[in-house]
Amino acid sequence: MKKALLVMLPVAALTLSACGSGGGSDSGGASNDARGPITVWYSNNAQEVAWGKSMVATWNATHPKEKVTAQEIPAGKSSEEVIGAAITAGNAPCLVLNTAPAAVPGFQKQGGLVALDDFPDGKQYLQSRVGDRLSQYASPDGKYYQMPWKSNPVMIFYNKELFKKAGLDAEHPKLASYQDFLNTSRKLVKSGVAKAAIWPAPTSEFYQSWFDFYPLFAAQTGKQLVEDGKAQFASPEGIKAAELWKTMYDEGLAPKESFNGDSFAEGKAAMSTVGPWAVSVYGDKVKWGAVPVPTADGTAGKGTFSDEKSIGMYTSCKNRATAWDVMKFATGKEQDGKLLEATGQMPMRTDLTSAYPSYFASHKDYEAFAQQAEHTIEAPNVPNSVEIWQTFRDAYTKAVIFGKGDLPATLKGAAGKVDKLAEGQ
Amino acid sequence: MSSTHSDTHGPARGKRGAGRSTTARRQLWQLRLGGHQPVGMLFVSPYLLYLAAIFVYPLGFAVWMSFHQYFFTAPGVKVDRPFVGLDNYTAVLTDPDVWRSFLNIAVFLVINVPLTVVASLVLASALNQKLRYRSFFRTAYYIPYVTASVAVVGVWIFLFNSNGLVNQALGPLAPDPSWLVNSHLAMPTVAVFVAWKQLGFFVVLYLSALQNVPQELYESAAIDGAGKFRMFRSITIPAVRPATLLVLILATVTGANLFTEPYLLTSGGGPDGATTSPVLLMYQRGLQQGHPDQAAAIGVILVVLITAVSLVYRRFLERD
Repeated sequence: MKKALLVMLPVAALTLSACGSGGGSDSGGASNDARGPITVWYSNNAQEVAWGKSMVATWNATHPKEKVTAQEIPAGKSSEEVIGAAITAGNAPCLVLNTAPAAVPGFQKQGGLVALDDFPDGKQYLQSRVGDRLSQYASPDGKYYQMPWKSNPVMIFYNKELFKKAGLDAEHPKLASYQDFLNTSRKLVKSGVAKAAIWPAPTSEFYQSWFDFYPLFAAQTGKQLVEDGKAQFASPEGIKAAELWKTMYDEGLAPKESFNGDSFAEGKAAMSTVGPWAVSVYGDKVKWGAVPVPTADGTAGKGTFSDEKSIGMYTSCKNRATAWDVMKFATGKEQDGKLLEATGQMPMRTDLTSAYPSYFASHKDYEAFAQQAEHTIEAPNVPNSVEIWQTFRDAYTKAVIFGKGDLPATLKGAAGKVDKLAEGQ
Repeated sequence: MSSTHSDTHGPARGKRGAGRSTTARRQLWQLRLGGHQPVGMLFVSPYLLYLAAIFVYPLGFAVWMSFHQYFFTAPGVKVDRPFVGLDNYTAVLTDPDVWRSFLNIAVFLVINVPLTVVASLVLASALNQKLRYRSFFRTAYYIPYVTASVAVVGVWIFLFNSNGLVNQALGPLAPDPSWLVNSHLAMPTVAVFVAWKQLGFFVVLYLSALQNVPQELYESAAIDGAGKFRMFRSITIPAVRPATLLVLILATVTGANLFTEPYLLTSGGGPDGATTSPVLLMYQRGLQQGHPDQAAAIGVILVVLITAVSLVYRRFLERD
């Protein structure tokens, strides 16, 4: 056997040296003018699948030579990993209607994304649809590799029944300032109406900070986690937001153990950080109210985390002119309205409430989310984006959730690492 | 073989001698390549191809990646993949998270491997006796091994969360923070879980070894007045030493590749990184964060360490 292995090693070495040459020809001569059939992946939640099928059927009915074949994004731990693998394998679809902005810098580095402003009307279309918020979606090279599509501006949902049982005002809950939030949380837990005041996932995945720290940080500062290549979270405002959560964990108002299931739906937690998707999910199951995330002194917040998903066009796509047209069709006023109707998620449009007045008149529950949608804060589009979030999450887990070490020092240490990562090191 | 050897190195240096030497060398090379029965190579070649595709190539590629700046790209994208020497190794060896993951896995192995060896040998010895419902017990111990980790992890979370059955049974003696969120207890809990889950496989290995131990040895020992414990210590343990070596190496190798359990049981390596394993870090660095070169360096270090540990086992257990 050893002899056989020795014989085969040179073969392996030759193969490796071929790999090491790094690259080959270009991506098959795909051009932005080519037209023909394309493939699309959309999200796998039932409401978006229904919208996606309807959108594709409408397109296909009038474009027989540019047929769209659509499917749900293949199953995986996260859509980012599935898309990343598909880029490497060269079998990504033309469009993915579920591209997370935090993953865009990585996909771009892989050479997996088409710059949308390379289309003659690309920049103009993006700007007219998204408005001032578009700048948050620009890549470090100044180009746009994603179409901001729909947001889920994060707010605080609360359970009115549990608030009443705890002797709190369920119609006008005191949740505006950090102190109010803490006092209300203490009353909720002390009264025994719920095990937790609020139960964000206390786990280590890089994206979990989007649903605990980041909305509060965004509301307080109106800033992204990283701006101008510098970490912002170790500022006095960032430390204050982290200290609020630290107190929540120290006092057992937020558990350090993850909940298997939906703690809010099961009445184990009296509050939850959610987007407008929650309106249809909880519906009449929970008597809920919604308020903006708190700020330090209770003044109106400067923003909230968008929980946005974009549409990306992938370089494996041959018929890019068709893909661009489908992208514009799927994000046009008619389809955006249907998306809003079907899912309650907010299309990334400047004129959202005025574009669909009848919808918001008949869906009062969504109005507050629509107002928040006007000033959402995105995950920063910087090199090593996912590593930056993981670095922050590790420090947060240690100092905030498990209360180890000095909180400001730990966040400042993480900020130093993040600064280097944001430089592309 | 010896005649070929003497031909090759014999004193003849003339033209005729040189011709014979060349022929001999060719025969020697053919012999090395094909063995005494060249047709045998034909039969093993599918396996060799499989081995090359599944083991040799990926391992070689991983080593190559660890010495280059490498990230995954779309086909056809031209990027430099410069040789960076030991940069990736320096990066991971100066990273406290990497050191912590190796320390975590050391804690895991120190608990899991002895527990696996002792529990599986004792259970196999018990199941080798004439017991009522022996087949039932053998099956019962094997079921967790063939059940998907995802399924049994759910049961363990139900048992070991703060309101779980274990804490309810322990009452005031329950640890605070609870098992899976306690930075001192999380990894031992994972280690016990893995030992329990894999026990069935190792029991089967020991059972097959025990069934090859001559019964005459036990009968002779009984005649000489040896008790059950003495027989276990003086006959069973030495007789199954090759199986013990196999169990040790397999438990160490599978333990060093720990991923699923901390990923699912402790939600991605928590609490506060107490159950992060090197393979979990490889997944994060390589697939989530786009640094497969650093992930490869962690993998190579892991392979070297586990190979060294396995060689120590072998030397220790085969010294007789």
